[in-house]
Amino acid sequence: MSSQDFIRHMGYIGKDLGRRKSVWKYLHIDFPLLVALLILLGFGLMVLYSATDGNMSMMGRQITFIIVSLGAMLFMAQLEVRILRRWAPWMYLGGMALLVAVIFYGSIGGGARRWIDLPLLPRFQPSEIMKVVLPLCVAGYFSKRAIPPRLKHIFWALAIIMLPTALIAIQPDLGTALLIAVSGLFVILLAGINWKLVFSFLGVAILSSPALWIFYMSDYQKQRVKTLFDPQSDPLGTGWNIIQSQTAIGSGGVFGKGWLNGVQSRLDFLPEGQTDFIVAVLAEEFGLLGMLFLLLLYIAIIGRGLYIAATAQDTYSRLLAGSIILTFFVYVFVNIGMVSGILPVVGVPLPMVSLGGTSILTLMVGFGILMSIHTHNKTLIP
Amino acid sequence: MTEKITIQDHQLERQIVLSRIIVGGVIAFLLILALIARLFFLQVNQHDYYSTKSDNYRIHVQPIVPTRGLIYDRNGTLLAENVPSFTLTLVREHAGDVDKVVDVIESLISLTEEDREKLRGRLRSRSIPHSSVPVRFNLSEEEIARISVNQFRLPGVSVEAQLVRHYPEGEIFAHSVGYLGSITEDELKAVDPVNYSGTHQIGKQGIEKFYEDILHGQVGYQTVEKNARGQIMSVLDRTDPVPGQDIVLNLDSNIQKAAVEALGDYRGAVVAIDPETGGILALVSKPAYDPNLFVQGISRKDYASLNDPVNSPLFNRALAKYAPGSTVKPFISLAALNEGYRTPEDTVDDPGYYQLGNHKHYDWTWWSNKTGHGTVDMQRAIYQSCNVYFWDLAMDMGIDQMHDFLFRFGFGRNVSLDLPQASTGTLPSREWKLNAIGEPWYPGETINSYVGQGYTEATPLQLATATMLMSNKGKWHRPAVMRQIGTDSSPVIESTFLPDIEINNPDYWDFIAESMEMVVSRGYGGEYRTYGSAYPYIAAAEPLKYRMAGKSGTAQVIAILENYDRADEVPEKYREHAWFISFAPVDNPKIALAVFVEHGEAGSSVAGPIARNVLDAYLLDEQGELKAEFIYPQISEEDEGAESAMPVKESVVGSASDTTDSLAEENVNLVSVNQ
Repeated sequence: MSSQDFIRHMGYIGKDLGRRKSVWKYLHIDFPLLVALLILLGFGLMVLYSATDGNMSMMGRQITFIIVSLGAMLFMAQLEVRILRRWAPWMYLGGMALLVAVIFYGSIGGGARRWIDLPLLPRFQPSEIMKVVLPLCVAGYFSKRAIPPRLKHIFWALAIIMLPTALIAIQPDLGTALLIAVSGLFVILLAGINWKLVFSFLGVAILSSPALWIFYMSDYQKQRVKTLFDPQSDPLGTGWNIIQSQTAIGSGGVFGKGWLNGVQSRLDFLPEGQTDFIVAVLAEEFGLLGMLFLLLLYIAIIGRGLYIAATAQDTYSRLLAGSIILTFFVYVFVNIGMVSGILPVVGVPLPMVSLGGTSILTLMVGFGILMSIHTHNKTLIP
Repeated sequence: MTEKITIQDHQLERQIVLSRIIVGGVIAFLLILALIARLFFLQVNQHDYYSTKSDNYRIHVQPIVPTRGLIYDRNGTLLAENVPSFTLTLVREHAGDVDKVVDVIESLISLTEEDREKLRGRLRSRSIPHSSVPVRFNLSEEEIARISVNQFRLPGVSVEAQLVRHYPEGEIFAHSVGYLGSITEDELKAVDPVNYSGTHQIGKQGIEKFYEDILHGQVGYQTVEKNARGQIMSVLDRTDPVPGQDIVLNLDSNIQKAAVEALGDYRGAVVAIDPETGGILALVSKPAYDPNLFVQGISRKDYASLNDPVNSPLFNRALAKYAPGSTVKPFISLAALNEGYRTPEDTVDDPGYYQLGNHKHYDWTWWSNKTGHGTVDMQRAIYQSCNVYFWDLAMDMGIDQMHDFLFRFGFGRNVSLDLPQASTGTLPSREWKLNAIGEPWYPGETINSYVGQGYTEATPLQLATATMLMSNKGKWHRPAVMRQIGTDSSPVIESTFLPDIEINNPDYWDFIAESMEMVVSRGYGGEYRTYGSAYPYIAAAEPLKYRMAGKSGTAQVIAILENYDRADEVPEKYREHAWFISFAPVDNPKIALAVFVEHGEAGSSVAGPIARNVLDAYLLDEQGELKAEFIYPQISEEDEGAESAMPVKESVVGSASDTTDSLAEENVNLVSVNQ
């Protein structure tokens, strides 16, 4: 409460101060966001039940993770973002230290060195921490400087982004690296970087992509891009997933085949049906209507997030909230785009629905931050 | 003032970020609309197409396994072929209750508990849905008939004709060609799983393993329409597989078989190399096993019988390291000449032992004659295998000089092209011992090392390679089992991967070769021990048709008691290993080899004749004469006559005592200085 006292001394009287606080505000929870998230999680569990063929141990694990994640969200909502801002550089350094440690001591899984074992903690990927910490850090950097940012500041912000991105890319985990870079780049975009600069960057990127194709991309990455344009070119490998997921989606039609009636997923045609390709199960069983319902939920969440960003009281909160919610959108778009065959296959789960706890946990931490931004100290700044 | 500016800044910043948030929101919304459009296209416009695809017919992509490349020896003899075999397979998705279906199968044909267990493993590790896994291999005609009659009770079960690997030469090439076996999950992770989607076997050992990617080929596939019962309705599209490439090896079946025969009942190894190419002509390890047992999964009973700890037929002795004994002496002699520690004329007086500190190291002659070799020069030290000469040299030259020189001959490392499983052996030095054992080097250990004992260990492959270099006067060719890929291409010879060995005076090569020739050809003289140590067993028995150079080695397995002199009293597992290295013809080397006989006891008398048999098999024609292709054109009849005029004064029969002595020959006394 000391900050409130301080404000009174300074003579500021906020418009909200007179209004009676609701229970939700007291608990630092944003009610509309919470409702949308809970409906999405519930719908996701329903789909997962079908996708896992009613595997109760998998369901139990997922539910446990959801409960833990809700707790984490509540906890984050209680923390004022100022605290996060203060700690962001240290968390960034800590995260970087873990990423470096992974290079030397990390455990290997799935052909990449991504996991780390610390005493008293379950095995985790330090890149997950960076997903939360990087936007905190970049937003903190810009909040102390005038925006729109000067070229020098953009350069340093890019350096802050590229360091962890490079460390994650060499694990190798290119998908996660790109998504983390995107979350930082959104902060720069929101901070008002000159559009001309953005488009010249994009121009250079497009012009240099042939070089990237020739010198940098590995064969399997090239194959994934080729598969996008012609799934038949690799019908036994990644093309198989695309052919099967499109068949599942298309055969669902407008109304779907009904819950637990998916043929493609039932008969094991669809690989990764519980994780990255779960949306194909949803589309097959619930049809276009189910997909519209899902996208409506996402639009509600993203809209609410953008509203929170727009009404936040200081630059830091706005940048942070905007980056978190736009990154969330990118997850949704990349996953559904990949499964429906308009983007190449990258390993991105469907947010809040795919099997796998850490993805939900990091996302919910982000929503906790959004709620904190919306429910703390609305009166501080005019 | 400051405060005011801040407030203005805040408003500007708010506007900037707000406008960007709006732009972001609009773009996000538009992209979501794009997703909806895509979903609309798939689920409304193309619904009928995908619906048909999903409900009535299912499009399957079936892999077509490429035909594995064949393996030939250098003469075109087939060493690994593909023969048709009928396999019972199962597709889990079509079978319904797998256990029930397997029960039905069991009632029709014989199926062991092991088969069922293996099937469960294969079903677990299968990567592509709707792909078939083998249930049992090698169906007989009758079994096929029984399955066909009961097909209606066996959903998802079919009989597939497959090509399986067969090794017509059986045991003879087991340790060089290797074998195929069922793919394990770990192996599948190491290869492109798509390319192996229809392949059940992968190279496990030898050439089959090393050249797996060349032999395997590229998978093909066909897209078929199946109905809900899994029957193929039509083939929509077919991409043919690219068959694996054939491989021609440097191995020569004739010499390989001769080596197997020459080893007889001994356990051991023979490695022969063509000095002109580095091509490995023979790579034999005995006992061997039948590689065909592994191809379709070896039964536990067969596998247990291969795990005999004494015979250990799975163990490749040709690539394993053993103490090389006196076979290193020619190489160390060359080092001494090149580094200037000895001239050919320098002599040593051998009283039968060498005194280091207060300990006496006894030469092998001590056990039959307490006078020693007497005055010994380098040549005699080689052909009579005099240990005292080399112990004396050891104290002058030291271990590191020996290490550096022998390293250039390929000791202490694996230089082969395609035998990565070969041991690197051990070539000790001060640095090596400090790193490997953490102790400083002791002078007594140098003494052991100079006679190929102690820490020094080498593989038969390494000794054959070093002998090839000796015959080539230092010219390197990389030892390789594979000769060429495809039957029409030209042989692969790697000659520049290591620098050739250059020595100060090239005449030294001839001097050592001459000394090695004396080992087998120098006959009995009037004086004590002036004949080559292997002469009684090689040239004396039957005159050679070509000039042969060699060196025997007898390496101790454990330190043997000082009063040891009769082999029969020692349990077999403690008996010494016998070695013989050789190359021929000396004037135009065509083959270099190393023979290793496990617990063979005597290099000259046991390993020597084996070496000669192998050389004869390669160099002589059916009439027992040197093959025309190996006759060195520059040499005239008179020169050959001069060659056979090596002193042969006493008959073999007349030297019974020598024969007895040589049983104890070269029993390097290993009682260490510490004792």
